[in-house]
Amino acid sequence: MMAHLFQLPGFDNPLLWILGVPLGSAGFLAVLKDWRVATWVNVAAAVITFVSSLLLLDNRPAPTRLLFIDDFNVYLVVLTSFVGLTTAVFSAAYIARETEAARLSDLHLRFYHSMYQAFLFTMLLALTANNTGVMWVSVEAATLTTVLMVSLYRTREAIEAAWKYFILCSVGIGLALFGTILVYLAAQPVMGDGADAMAWTLMIGRAHDFQPDLLNLAFVFVLVGYGTKVGLAPLHSWLPDAHAEGPTPISAVLSGLLLNVALYALLRFKMLISANGHALTPGPLLIMMGLSSLFMAAFMLYRRGDIKRLFAYSSIEHMGVITFAFGMGGPLANFAGLLHMTMHSLTKSGIFFAVGIISQNAGTKRIADIRGLTSSHPVLGWGFVIAVLAIAGLPPMGVFMSEFLVVTSTFARQPLLAIPLALGLLLAFGALVSRLQMMAFGEPGKVISGHGDASTLSSILALTPLWVHMLLVLVAGLYLPRELVSWFQSVARILG
Amino acid sequence: MGAISQSSYEMAHLIGAAVLMAGFQLLYQRRLSAVLNTFAFQALALAAAAGWQAHIQNAPHLYITAGLALVFKAMIVPFALHWLVERLGIHKTVETAMSIGWTMIAGVALVGLSILLVLPVTANATALTRESLALAMSVVLLGLLMMITRHNAVTQVVGFMALENGLILAAVSAKGMPLVVEISIAFSVLVAMTLFGIFFFRIRERFDTLDLQNLDTFRGDRQ
Repeated sequence: MMAHLFQLPGFDNPLLWILGVPLGSAGFLAVLKDWRVATWVNVAAAVITFVSSLLLLDNRPAPTRLLFIDDFNVYLVVLTSFVGLTTAVFSAAYIARETEAARLSDLHLRFYHSMYQAFLFTMLLALTANNTGVMWVSVEAATLTTVLMVSLYRTREAIEAAWKYFILCSVGIGLALFGTILVYLAAQPVMGDGADAMAWTLMIGRAHDFQPDLLNLAFVFVLVGYGTKVGLAPLHSWLPDAHAEGPTPISAVLSGLLLNVALYALLRFKMLISANGHALTPGPLLIMMGLSSLFMAAFMLYRRGDIKRLFAYSSIEHMGVITFAFGMGGPLANFAGLLHMTMHSLTKSGIFFAVGIISQNAGTKRIADIRGLTSSHPVLGWGFVIAVLAIAGLPPMGVFMSEFLVVTSTFARQPLLAIPLALGLLLAFGALVSRLQMMAFGEPGKVISGHGDASTLSSILALTPLWVHMLLVLVAGLYLPRELVSWFQSVARILG
Repeated sequence: MGAISQSSYEMAHLIGAAVLMAGFQLLYQRRLSAVLNTFAFQALALAAAAGWQAHIQNAPHLYITAGLALVFKAMIVPFALHWLVERLGIHKTVETAMSIGWTMIAGVALVGLSILLVLPVTANATALTRESLALAMSVVLLGLLMMITRHNAVTQVVGFMALENGLILAAVSAKGMPLVVEISIAFSVLVAMTLFGIFFFRIRERFDTLDLQNLDTFRGDRQ
């Protein structure tokens, strides 16, 4: 039975490269002594992973009991490996400056690079796993690797944040496992013992015959469990601390990627419930959690004093909007949710790239001490302004389009629900714009270091990922290629 | 795999009940060393439950889970925690957020809740799975209760491990479930990391106390 499950992909299968390269380089980076070489090995590994993920678009391997690729996860795999790549490039510049400032020792750096690749591996495995158990193990491992990275600076705050993250998310994934076991028990009388009753591709076709009561109970555990990792209110309290205290590249991948992976897990279970037909309708639960996250985060945005914490709350807000969209369901709202997932990943990781450079320049994360970015560092400052306006939802950026779609599709079906949604979005908009005004304009504060603008090679390196992300978000806001639209539509249909 | 006899059921339920009973005992211990010993007993019962399931389901890989529970959870973890408590000079009494009487009443209510929830929804499952699942869910909820009502980080970690014992109990009782061994290994790594964390980050020194209430400095972003 086990041999049957662990059938490894062959060399011509892109999945082998997508999973093998991060795993292999995690091992290699753990023993590589020179951190300068390590930053480039990290980038190179991310390039290979990204290129292999592009191959998946054309050459989609047949599903096995262990791994599978369908319309839904292929786009998340490409997105994850793309943001993994740009973050690796940003991280190369970030780490160089942190080392100059002597904040990290060589051993810490080895550990950091190794864990970065291990983290990419666990996320990609969670996305491609065709087995609920393998998916669970990889989400658990992703939690572990990020806990280790959040505590990297070893300050009191970093350890507090890591400990809180660890305890809350361990309980969360513990409950998710209970949900997973219950789904297996619901499937087992129909699918028989063994790996078949845990394979997404096989379960979805016969979900109609599963026991609905057991699925209901399972969904509650899965929602609370994976919902903790998505950062849905009221289960979000680990998220701002973990984002604020870790190294900034990690904040970028936490917000841009890990939250998506957790939501992906939740949506897979939702698909199973919808395919069953007799079980509860997950929509209202998701809508409720989505709205509560949106409102809680929108109000919290007003009182933040720490720049990374501010954008961590903004991530909670956007995960709320996405969850709300999937809760509404239907082709249009699902389409909007998928688009928003992509736009949020690109924009928010871009923002964290900018925030990383800003806080290194200013030597502080306090919003009150950051002033006049557009005059002190124009290239960085304006990039930051564009990114924050994008995440706040101003046209013509892609985030505006996806939020607009969420609101209009809600308005068409449940006009009353559109009111709190629009209100929450406006509240968050107001908070972000007022904070932005303080940071971006006015007299520049004291500048500790003159880096961070297009002068040296390393600052060009640090700024490129931000501008690449913003360009993509802008293009998506103006024009979406027809192929991409029809692809999103087909995924929206699978999601039900 | 032959039919499972009545006495095999009864044995499985007896061992499952022992795990649950240890879950209750964890709730009323007042001294840290007693908490750790009770946890060791629970892990021992879990090892017996996994071993018994391996025997009656004819699933040899579950013996690995049983062995892991026996060696790692019933021996290494309690020993390491005893050592940590000594070494870091942690308070030896259990600090409660809720009085022990109320905790016990809440625990009884949770067990009632899980039986009322699980038994009706599993009407079609085999009797073996049904009752073990109700027991497992009770153990999970009691672990959660312990994490909520105890302040000290060591007792919280023990609560988490008790919760995890419930999960493993559910996994071994689900007939033919694959990956149980991998899941129990993944959990052991998690637990090992926790112990490692307490020791190497010297949470005692950094925070003066292991009380998680003191970890709130930054919650409201106060500056």
